[in-house]
Amino acid sequence: MLHLVLFLIFGAICVAGAVNLLVQRHPINSALSLVAVMASLAVEYLLLGAEFVAAVQVIVYAGAIMVLFVFVIMLLNAGEEARTGGSRVAILFGIPGMLAGSLLVAWVLITHSGTQEVSAGALPGPPREIANLLFHDFLLPFEVTSVLVLIAIMGAVVLAARPESIEQQKREG
Amino acid sequence: MSLAFQASQALPRGTDYLRILPELVLSIFGMIIMVLDPVVDQRRNQKALGTLALIGSLAAIASTLWQARAPGLAFWNMVQVDTFSVFFHFLITTITAVVILTSYEYMEVQQIRVGEYYALILFGAVGMCLMSSAVELVLIFIALEISSISTYILAGFRRRAAISSEASIKYFLLGSFATAFFLYGVALMFGATGSTSIPTIEQHLRSGSIPVLAYVAIALMFVGLGFKVAAAPFHVWTPDVYEGAPAPIVGFMSTAPKAAVFAVLLRIMFQIHAPGRLGLIWVAAALSMTLGNIGALVQQNVKRLLAYSSIAHAGYLLVAFAALPQNGIPSAMFYTASYAAMNIGAFAVVSHFGGAGERYVTLEDYSGLGRRSPVLAAALTLFLLSLIGIPITAGFFAKFYVFSAALQANLVGLVIIGVINSAVAAYYYLRVIVVVYMHDPRDESVLPAVPLELGAALAITALTTIYLGLLPGRVLDYASRSAGDLLH
Repeated sequence: MLHLVLFLIFGAICVAGAVNLLVQRHPINSALSLVAVMASLAVEYLLLGAEFVAAVQVIVYAGAIMVLFVFVIMLLNAGEEARTGGSRVAILFGIPGMLAGSLLVAWVLITHSGTQEVSAGALPGPPREIANLLFHDFLLPFEVTSVLVLIAIMGAVVLAARPESIEQQKREG
Repeated sequence: MSLAFQASQALPRGTDYLRILPELVLSIFGMIIMVLDPVVDQRRNQKALGTLALIGSLAAIASTLWQARAPGLAFWNMVQVDTFSVFFHFLITTITAVVILTSYEYMEVQQIRVGEYYALILFGAVGMCLMSSAVELVLIFIALEISSISTYILAGFRRRAAISSEASIKYFLLGSFATAFFLYGVALMFGATGSTSIPTIEQHLRSGSIPVLAYVAIALMFVGLGFKVAAAPFHVWTPDVYEGAPAPIVGFMSTAPKAAVFAVLLRIMFQIHAPGRLGLIWVAAALSMTLGNIGALVQQNVKRLLAYSSIAHAGYLLVAFAALPQNGIPSAMFYTASYAAMNIGAFAVVSHFGGAGERYVTLEDYSGLGRRSPVLAAALTLFLLSLIGIPITAGFFAKFYVFSAALQANLVGLVIIGVINSAVAAYYYLRVIVVVYMHDPRDESVLPAVPLELGAALAITALTTIYLGLLPGRVLDYASRSAGDLLH
């Protein structure tokens, strides 16, 4: 019972934070809403019996990644976003579509929960089991992620570089 | 998870590495290019780095052929090497090699720095290859992200053209949204079956009643993957992105990532026996064929025209997914290979003819191409005829097999829609051919000669198009065997 109450409270905070993140016009406010989302997600992980993942969630996401976010916002000196009217297509189709989709998923989850679900205790929670999954069963995806990170860095380098650089280098060379 | 298992084999063995050898080779060459980029002289490194990338992709083709002799699972049931994965590995690495050949001249004419360009193509190919051999949804997701992110970046490589940056950001935003759908589908599938491993999911869904959650999961995964193959109604990004991205890259991203995603779709739809497959595929295929062809009718820009054509072709290909597995899978695989040959060829012509800054891309610019450059015009005509599906070209047998597979599954309605659409499509492809041969040239200036590398790429794609149109048997047999492997 306590589990359910906690789940509902933090689930509500998580969703509210995510909506607030989108609605806020100042990047810092959005970033702070993201902290709320990350922290309440950590509590949800804890309720599932994944203490280690919850701790990592707080340290890495709510901690390190958020600091980076805030640094970038400060470095770019990003101000308030201009308000646009929003697209009519989004209002006409997007919002009703999203509501219909989430209602459908919610209905499926409510009517069919308890029949085929994976119970919380069955999932690996302690660091030992996580390590076994990460460095044994899922070793290949874990290693392949390094390629993913590498190309993301390359993308940042490519898209941030000045477009004229090759002509300049030719002239200088 | 089980400690006993871990004790028996704690470290990956040699065969494990053999089974991801093409991916390893591609990654190593990608890294060598990045390390050499600042060292090699900028004025000469254009070609040197491209050649290195070409060697890398050829080495990957060779390692695919070598790997084919040792089929099996690797890395604790993460990847599976069989004729199915070898088929797609061969296709993707060959596409990579041909696209690198078409890029040589383009990059020089457009004055673009090449270092990261070739490395990104190779790393993207790593993701695409992994997608075709992965049998675990988590690995498929990571590989899909590698392939997607590298194409987002490559789409924005014409830094001086605002339209290219627009293409990149549009593709990135919509693409990340689509990937989120896929990931949500994977999560729900885990909820429904307790596993993300495809064989386990298959067993679970076969053994008992199918949970409703699995239907929702399949639908969400289809949304994510449908976006990546530009199937309607998730196709809206395609014309804008194809118009803005560099022409050789459009040739790349309309074939290689699509082939990889189709491989994943084949696994999910047929190997899992996806519940609710027929309805989803029916709607998406009919919509893609119709919207793609109608959109293409009014295009004046050749790149946009080919973008709408690629939406329509995704629709024809999806028809095969609604058919029965034993002939749906081979016909889909054959279509993927044929489409790759003709589409890369068409974009190779577009990239050569575009000139600096891709100035000549409208239909009017193509008027009189037949007189100005008979060879280029002949090649373009061949690829367009193949895209229509005229006999003795690859496109004919591709469509023939797909539609006959659909007929055997009694999908008469879908086949009628497909055949009507093929007739409509003939109009806009023939319009290009008419402009090329019947109209007077607007501009009599001499076209730059076709360089050796581009000529080689055109020859490879043209010969493949004709080969598959005359002797489809061998490739189709191999595809049928792969279908057997996939279904066992």
